[in-house]
Amino acid sequence: MIEVKNLTHVYNEGLPHETKALDDISFTIKDGSFVGIIGHTGSGKSTLLQHLNGLLKPSSGTIVIDGVDITDSHTKMLDIRRRVGLVFQYPEYQLFEETVAKDVAFGPANLGLSQEEIDERVRRSIELVGLDYERVKDQSPFELSGGQKRRVAIAGVLAMEPEVLVLDEPTAGLNPKAHLDILDMVEEIHKRENNITIFVSHNMNDIARMSDQVLVIHQGRLAMDGTPAQVFAREDEIRSMGLALPDATEIVSHLRKEGMELPADCLTVDQAAEAIAKALEK
Amino acid sequence: MIRDITLGQYYPGNSVIHKLDPRVKILATLLYIVALFVVNDFPGFIVAVVLLEAVIILSKVPRRYIWRGLKPVLIIIAFTLTVNIFMVGGDIIWQFGILHITRQGLRTAAFVGIRLVLLIIGSSMLTLTTRPIGLTDGIEALLSPFKKVGLPAHELAMMMTIALRFIPTLLEETDKIIKAQQARGADFESGNILRRAKALVPILVPLFISAFRIAQDLAMAMEARCYGGVVKRTRMNAMKFARRDLIATVIFCAFLAVIVLQRVLL
Ligand SMILES: Nc1ncnc2c1ncn2[C@@H]1O[C@H](COP(=O)(O)OP(=O)(O)OP(=O)(O)O)[C@@H](O)[C@H]1O
Ligand SMILES: [Mg+2]
Repeated sequence: MIEVKNLTHVYNEGLPHETKALDDISFTIKDGSFVGIIGHTGSGKSTLLQHLNGLLKPSSGTIVIDGVDITDSHTKMLDIRRRVGLVFQYPEYQLFEETVAKDVAFGPANLGLSQEEIDERVRRSIELVGLDYERVKDQSPFELSGGQKRRVAIAGVLAMEPEVLVLDEPTAGLNPKAHLDILDMVEEIHKRENNITIFVSHNMNDIARMSDQVLVIHQGRLAMDGTPAQVFAREDEIRSMGLALPDATEIVSHLRKEGMELPADCLTVDQAAEAIAKALEK
Repeated sequence: MIRDITLGQYYPGNSVIHKLDPRVKILATLLYIVALFVVNDFPGFIVAVVLLEAVIILSKVPRRYIWRGLKPVLIIIAFTLTVNIFMVGGDIIWQFGILHITRQGLRTAAFVGIRLVLLIIGSSMLTLTTRPIGLTDGIEALLSPFKKVGLPAHELAMMMTIALRFIPTLLEETDKIIKAQQARGADFESGNILRRAKALVPILVPLFISAFRIAQDLAMAMEARCYGGVVKRTRMNAMKFARRDLIATVIFCAFLAVIVLQRVLL
């Protein structure tokens, strides 16, 4: 379980360009949940994620993960990094080794594991991200395609076997096919490991389809916290924050305005199609 | 952390000093630096301090900010001072074993210290109050007489503009890469020198790749918009020599003249 309490973060405190990026944010995430975070550009999503594995220290507030306060200065950093794996936006820009296998091994090697354990994890995580281990292990990561590079970078974090997986816009800049592949992969891993997965996305369809819980950040504050149905039901507020509705919800909302009798909580195209078909049968 | 570096940073403002013609500011800074090396007695330094103080007050740049730029070089200054205090021979006023302090040593150290601090603050006042673009335009204008002898003034200025423009970008990039590797458990703070040097590889490789990528994107974007340094270009903000520029020029020339005369006559 993750408990965030009154988290505030100020960049460049005391300087002319100081920015309050997070302002008194509190929420709880239950074990095994899939959490989506949305918010306009610059709302503070990436800043929030970087607190979850101790890369940034809060100006005030606490973060407790499974009873361990990670904002406490006595907590070992390596311990936090092992528990919480953070995949940055455009993670492929952090690749540096000569071969894919060596790059993926970087994380586990930093954890001080035995060579056999490292090799085993490298194989497992490369396969987990849907790449052919034998084929790619000796390739240079720089020869791969964009989508493949991203998979290798994600494998590098998965190889640390984190209990919590955090992804910052994992599909930014990918083509539609790679986009779906990466999300399917993330969902697959979540189902298999039953871990906590937290992801930031600007794609409301993905958020609505995949998450159990949605956090909406607006200008550094937590504006909403609930199930996708609860969050997207607050249509006007969502729009006023510069965000959009999922496509299906949008269409259903239009039809409802035109007088068609439909439920308000359609989130996916399938749900919407079913509801519309039912309404037309009547 | 890494973003705290203020090297050559601009402090946005709207003061008289900000509005001065960059050419004038560059020349005035050069005059000031020359004068600092001519000065050799306390009255001269007092004049130099007063002049700089006036510039700081007029510029409205907070002192905290100027101080921050001075901090990284304090160690160098401290080192120079120590060397000067103990190494200069003359009338001994304190002795301990082979260490001795002389009157001349103290005097030289004090002068060197003041000179260094004035030098750094003086030149950072130029970068703090001039936009990088203004700075390079100014340098280009000042170098353009040398175009006749084949100096590529425009290209040099363009290279400087680009380099300055990308310092913050590269720092940001470095910050991101460091964080990404830390997220994978990298440790840059412990271990002996060899281990720490090795720990830099995961930062430097992605950083170089990013730098090349950024450079290539920029080159492509410039070519796509038909950039060419050779044709006669006009500027969006042409530099104008105004009355305040004349006043500043006169003040700084007078300052140098006073310092030189004082040195020659006394
Ligand atoms: N390292 C930093 N130093 C100073 N300010 C920063 C830094 N990183 C982010 N900020 C500022 O903090 C605020 C929140 O930024 P953040 O990157 O968390 O937004 P975001 O929600 O992730 O946006 P995006 O959707 O564009 O990724 C912004 O105003 C940003 O300018
Ligand atoms: Mg972000």
